[in-house]
Amino acid sequence: MTVRKNQAALTADEKKRFVSAVLELKRNGRYDEFVRTHNEFIMSDTDTGERTGHRSPSFLPWHRRFLLDFEQALQSVDASVALPYWDWSADRTVRAALWAPDFLGGTGRGTDGRVMDGPFAGSTGNWPLTIRVDGRTFLRRSLGTAVRELPTRAEVESVLSIPTYDMAPYNSASDGFRNNLEGWRGVNLHNRVHVWVGGQMATGVSPNDPVFWLHHAYVDKLWAEWRRRHPGEGYVPAGGTPDVVDLNETMKPWNDVRPADLLDHTKYYTFDS
Amino acid sequence: MPDMTRRRALTATAALAATAAVTALVAPVASAAGHDHDHPMPMPETFDEVYKGRRIQGRPTTAGTGGHHHEHGGGYEVLVDGVQLHVMRNADGSWISVVSHYAPVAGPRAAARAAVDELQGAPLLPFPTN
Repeated sequence: MTVRKNQAALTADEKKRFVSAVLELKRNGRYDEFVRTHNEFIMSDTDTGERTGHRSPSFLPWHRRFLLDFEQALQSVDASVALPYWDWSADRTVRAALWAPDFLGGTGRGTDGRVMDGPFAGSTGNWPLTIRVDGRTFLRRSLGTAVRELPTRAEVESVLSIPTYDMAPYNSASDGFRNNLEGWRGVNLHNRVHVWVGGQMATGVSPNDPVFWLHHAYVDKLWAEWRRRHPGEGYVPAGGTPDVVDLNETMKPWNDVRPADLLDHTKYYTFDS
Repeated sequence: MPDMTRRRALTATAALAATAAVTALVAPVASAAGHDHDHPMPMPETFDEVYKGRRIQGRPTTAGTGGHHHEHGGGYEVLVDGVQLHVMRNADGSWISVVSHYAPVAGPRAAARAAVDELQGAPLLPFPTN
């Protein structure tokens, strides 16, 4: 059984294996298919039309399945690897070990945002960006500039306390847990982290930055925590909702998995705490 | 599966018309421009200006133009130096673009300016990216 660990608790060997597996997926072309898929959904999920990956109740199960696909791809390279998660409410500065040269590398330089250290720096030649929205082929970051503060534990708690999973109109205007976690409403958790990292993480091709997976693994863990706190509350809507993935409706692009199949993460992995 | 809506039928037609290669991970079906549900909000004004040395333009589009098949039909088109920038309106009337997707701004002009800021002089690539 896969155990997803806090990135802050990884051993040097675990970091090295994770990085190596990611680089191998990049080298063999599989990584960029994940970037492409994410951007296609980002651009087509709309508040007034069909919406699956984002701004909708299925934001959480869609990303859970997307991360499972990625984790399985990593494990096809190295069976010992699991996705780590980044608790950005705790490891909230640029000095976190997450950003060290032996893991993800740090922020970008002032002139052009180019990441200059770590295994994903453009200068390594190992991390060319092919699925992109502009001409720049190097990984960029600008940690903590577009927005100064990552969410605090108190802000996370305030969102975890929201009792309803999601509410009509089931989009970026909704009240409820999902949209407050996603960040279009309220204190803004998930969206704000994308903005805080900057560079490609602030764009539709955000999986170009490997921190995407660690961010979403923590968002996913928060969903699991919410379910434990609100055992009587389930995924909604339960049926018959136009443009929205209901509980027992299959999700694109897989077309063989429903939110109902993804509610219990323990079928696939557990967390270290 | 729910009944096929008119929009999905149109979408399927558009998808059939698209020549984009289907990758191993199947792309979501994009809607045809102008066939989203009714927008209650009025369409923003046209704009055309030079911002930080780059020409940004915005204009409402009519149904059927654009011909893009990997994005929603926004009904409004933004260009940076003549290259289309994918933009989207949120339910509350705020806007985002593909280069600043998680940070809503007031309107399409603000989204275009945010894109110029983000690009730092780099050319925008036509979407869908490849």
